[in-house]
Amino acid sequence: MKSLGSIRRDFAPWNDPNAKPYIQFDNVTKKFGDFTAVNNLSLTIFEREFFALLGASGCGKSTLLRMLAGFEEPTSGRILLDGQDLRGIPPYRRPVNMMFQSYALFPHMTVENNIAFGLKQEGMPKPDIEKRVAEMLKLVKLEQFAKRKPHQLSGGQRQRVALARSVAKRPKVLLLDEPLGALDKKLREETQFELMDLQQELGLTFVVVTHDQEEAMTMADRIAIMDKGEVMQVATPAEVYEAPASRFVAHFVGNVNMFEGKVAERSANTTRITGASGAQIVVENGGAAAAPNADIVFAIRPEKIKVSSKKPADAVNALEGEVYDVAYLGDMTVYHIRLDDGQIVRASALNAARVTEDPLTWNDRAWVSFRPDAGVVLAR
Amino acid sequence: MNATWSRFNVTSIVLGFAFLYLPIVLLIVFSFNESKLVTVWGGFSTRWYVSLFHNQGLMDATWVTARVGVISATVATVLGTLAALTLTRYTRFRGRVLFSGMVFAPLVMPEVITGLSLLLLFVAVGLDRGFFTVTLAHITLTMCFVAVVVQSRLVSFDRSLEEAAMDLGATPAKTFFQITLPVILPAIVSGWMLAFTLSLDDLVIASFTSGPGATTLPMKIYSQVRLGVTPEINAACTILIAVVAVGVIIASIANKRREVQRQLDEQAAQRG
Repeated sequence: MKSLGSIRRDFAPWNDPNAKPYIQFDNVTKKFGDFTAVNNLSLTIFEREFFALLGASGCGKSTLLRMLAGFEEPTSGRILLDGQDLRGIPPYRRPVNMMFQSYALFPHMTVENNIAFGLKQEGMPKPDIEKRVAEMLKLVKLEQFAKRKPHQLSGGQRQRVALARSVAKRPKVLLLDEPLGALDKKLREETQFELMDLQQELGLTFVVVTHDQEEAMTMADRIAIMDKGEVMQVATPAEVYEAPASRFVAHFVGNVNMFEGKVAERSANTTRITGASGAQIVVENGGAAAAPNADIVFAIRPEKIKVSSKKPADAVNALEGEVYDVAYLGDMTVYHIRLDDGQIVRASALNAARVTEDPLTWNDRAWVSFRPDAGVVLAR
Repeated sequence: MNATWSRFNVTSIVLGFAFLYLPIVLLIVFSFNESKLVTVWGGFSTRWYVSLFHNQGLMDATWVTARVGVISATVATVLGTLAALTLTRYTRFRGRVLFSGMVFAPLVMPEVITGLSLLLLFVAVGLDRGFFTVTLAHITLTMCFVAVVVQSRLVSFDRSLEEAAMDLGATPAKTFFQITLPVILPAIVSGWMLAFTLSLDDLVIASFTSGPGATTLPMKIYSQVRLGVTPEINAACTILIAVVAVGVIIASIANKRREVQRQLDEQAAQRG
């Protein structure tokens, strides 16, 4: 079976036409004065999904999360949670909890009182609260820190207290606002996997806001790419990366090479593109954008381009140029090849072998080649 | 830092401190004077302290001052805190600039003017001058100081704490009493202490707004001094200085210890 990306997914309610949506944004618009933060946006999230809202700052992703939590009301449109319209329901009556970017731990309370805070508001009996708090402390491995105050904890520990506090009430949905933003890189990577495990263990629906694409790719079942208050694409990480819906998405996620051109010929399975300088590119399955004679861009990821010193004999697509820049990164090497028409192509090669025969260096003549299914055709 | 004790530095410090503290030191020294004459040293004695406690007039004035101080500081703290909350939270209402200007204007308003206008008001509405009017006047005077102190704390207050509390199911009222109030409490306490101190040493406004039977300590001292300074007054002032100094020292030591403890805790947490 052929699939985009390298992971097979068994959990995919979004492909099931009978699946019941859990969270639904229906034509939601949010304006702050003259500024439109969220523009007529519709979105569906399913139960037990790990959903990421990805975008640059100011794209409206945090506003979307805050509307779900109840800190902001939509200017128009409605938000449904498990079939219930959330309009007019204050934050303290919504069955969702949020983990804040700043963690927002109560500085005057110990770790256990922070975690117990939400349970006390519910009026849960004291023995039950104690039991649940102990359970939560165990979950985030902070048993011996129960009596500490937040300022007596390290950044990573505070993050885990915030997490424990926000899941203690067993909300229907957990909202996470840049949950790993304040951690250093190494801790962030560890915590990404911890969060995924926790979501599996608790069986909750997670909606996470992030500007870090790697974080979104690692953790989420699906990603919504946002720009200027609108959703540009909602898809699995593999689809977003391998089949971006637009130039914006292709640019936003990962590195990409873009060739501008025109569709010269379209047959059942293949599309031939003539580049701006006359280069010919053959693409398998051009998709909707590849109408005959249409102005298009061909987008291809650097790791799907092969660099060699001689023209590969069997290559369908091969373009000649000169090595302009080389960067050795350890696990891979990044080449910048200046094609003979002046365009610079970025290609990366995994350093699978320790010893390379005939390595390329600056100003060497080189060929870049790629398979017909290596890239996508997008509307200009 | 490499501090060198040059002659210039030493001179500056000595002169500076002398300028600040010589009058106070003189006052304290002469409060222990045996002689009845204020400026002639007649040997060490604590007799003026003893006679001070038998001076009914001074003791009454002290009691009035303490009551006025506690009541006015408490009411001013409540009002000032509310004003500070409004000014930091509701930043978009009409006339906010005017309102905040009006809250802070009394900070720089000459006390004579505040006192006179209050006096006119009390006369106009027919309030008998006495304990009640002094207290009211002191509330007016000190409220804006409390507002300034509390507001500076609220500016750095992380609003997401309140959002987190509401998100966890606390109503706005519960959020205020369980989260906001405890977090800004140190600022409210120092606002109260500032208000109390201001009320304690106010002479001008009290003179305008007080009436028979409600003489505050500063008024009493001032009126006695006009009849000639007695060593008793020196003793009373020394006690006042001691009370204020002890308060300030305790507050700053507690502050320092908290700060040091906090730093130690944070370093310990970073080490893991």
